[in-house]
Amino acid sequence: MTLAEGVQIVSFGILAVMVLGSALGVVLLTNIVYSAFLLGGVFISIAGLYVLLNAEFVAAAQVLIYVGAVNVLILFAIMLVNKREDFSSIPRRWIRQGATGIVCFGLFALLGTMILITPWSLAPTSSAVIENSIVEIGKHFFSDFLLPFELASVLLLMAMVGAIILARRDIIPEVAIAKEREIVSTSLTLPERPREIASIGSSPTKEQ
Amino acid sequence: MNSGIDLQGSLIDTLKDFGLPPGVAKAIWLPLPMLLMIIGATVGVLVVVWLERKISAAAQQRIGPEFTGPLGVLQPVADGMKLVFKEDVVPARSDRWLFTLGPIVVVIPVFLSYLIVPFGQNLVITDLNVGIFLWIALSSIAPIGLLMSGYASNNKYSLLGGLRAAAQSISYEIPLAFSVLAIAMMSNSLSTIDIVEQQSGYGILGWNLWRQPVGFIIFWIAALAECERLPFDLPEAEEELVAGYQTEYAGMKFGLFYLGSYVNLVLSALIFAILYLGGWEFPIPLERLAGWLGVSETTPWLQIVTASLGIVMTLLKAYFLVFIAILLRWTVPRVRIDQLLNLGWKFLLPVSLANLLITAALKLAFPVAFGG
Repeated sequence: MTLAEGVQIVSFGILAVMVLGSALGVVLLTNIVYSAFLLGGVFISIAGLYVLLNAEFVAAAQVLIYVGAVNVLILFAIMLVNKREDFSSIPRRWIRQGATGIVCFGLFALLGTMILITPWSLAPTSSAVIENSIVEIGKHFFSDFLLPFELASVLLLMAMVGAIILARRDIIPEVAIAKEREIVSTSLTLPERPREIASIGSSPTKEQ
Repeated sequence: MNSGIDLQGSLIDTLKDFGLPPGVAKAIWLPLPMLLMIIGATVGVLVVVWLERKISAAAQQRIGPEFTGPLGVLQPVADGMKLVFKEDVVPARSDRWLFTLGPIVVVIPVFLSYLIVPFGQNLVITDLNVGIFLWIALSSIAPIGLLMSGYASNNKYSLLGGLRAAAQSISYEIPLAFSVLAIAMMSNSLSTIDIVEQQSGYGILGWNLWRQPVGFIIFWIAALAECERLPFDLPEAEEELVAGYQTEYAGMKFGLFYLGSYVNLVLSALIFAILYLGGWEFPIPLERLAGWLGVSETTPWLQIVTASLGIVMTLLKAYFLVFIAILLRWTVPRVRIDQLLNLGWKFLLPVSLANLLITAALKLAFPVAFGG
């Protein structure tokens, strides 16, 4: 065993333990902030696994997108909301938990069988060494993976439009809310100025 | 292409001559460049801290540090020693684990980014294919550490500072990445070595500075914002937030933040020098000069001279940029948070997108000058 192989095996072990440990922490810890930080740990460890698989571009993209954007946004949302609410027990909660368990087990079984039945090429060095993975990824994106690529960009565009619509609502200060009692607020609505219905022609304005 | 000086090969050969097996010789070599780079980065920070003190003193017509060592050069060492010996206070009701982990998460990615900084043709720790992209990816980890320390401090100023830091870092990463992308498009590569190689040959005229006049301004603004340097040091704005996410920190944990911010400044200056100022290139093309003088490229003394000139040039360019950053810090007022976000999203983002498009068009139209 050469030096490089030893380093690879040791780092694979460390990364695997990190992935499993922090993923379990994400699920099992009750403090949501810890879960969010540990999620970042999961993403970083998976990026390390990509590096071990010689997919350095995917690893860097994983760090940039999942750690730098997704995880920071999750943390941001948690810290901006910061809603300390006592956990109220829901009647027949076991139905939810059972359904979650079944779905998770199904996913696990699906992925497990996929891993077991795929004929992996277990040669220590792959025959086709890709020199520049970025160029290869780019070629695939614009040839045989064009449709998923475009679909993903349309999906992201939709998300962006939605975000702009959410961000452009007028939020009124709390003093004004107290005055206007007629605003119905549930736990899901943000305080918002009532939309004026656009009417063409003679509108009852206050100027008269 | 001549390979220049092969430090790794010659050191391993020397060790083999002492009778060590090749594997052990390689294992002895491996940590050396990394250690050297960490020490270099730390010494670089000491120099920057001294420069900051001296230049700010000059900007305010003071003398600055002068008793610790000649011209006060030992002042940063004294600062560091003070931080090491200070009591390390963890505030009550704070989150002890996250409080400790925060500064570490901020500092490690910055030091890791030094992997890709080249000081010469072969003077780089690793020549990665993803090169400059790794820097962008690693710099996006820092806001997590800032949020972590802001949250764990159990202090409203800290939390606000952490949130501001994250918002600022997310907003300015995008123009930064776009301006780097324009460079990568012209160089046909993300590797830092290739980016410098592509600027070589014409001396100062070949540098990307002239081909990316808009890009380099965007990059500089975004890099200053990423480093939280003064026109953009909103996360630690003293008048509003005490010290932002650093408020509750003392001793070496504060020292890590301090170190991290200055290492990041030097790193950004180095990357700027690599991307826009030709990296280790001398303003006059040295190969041609040697050709005119009739000295062969493979002469040993010429190689040593060019290698040392490369290191000196990279550092000179980087420290010139650091000087500009310090001068900006002490002469420019701070922007407001809404101005900061407006500048990032409504001005820099569209301009950098347009810059990218124009670069692509110029690359198609003039492949000779814009790296076809």
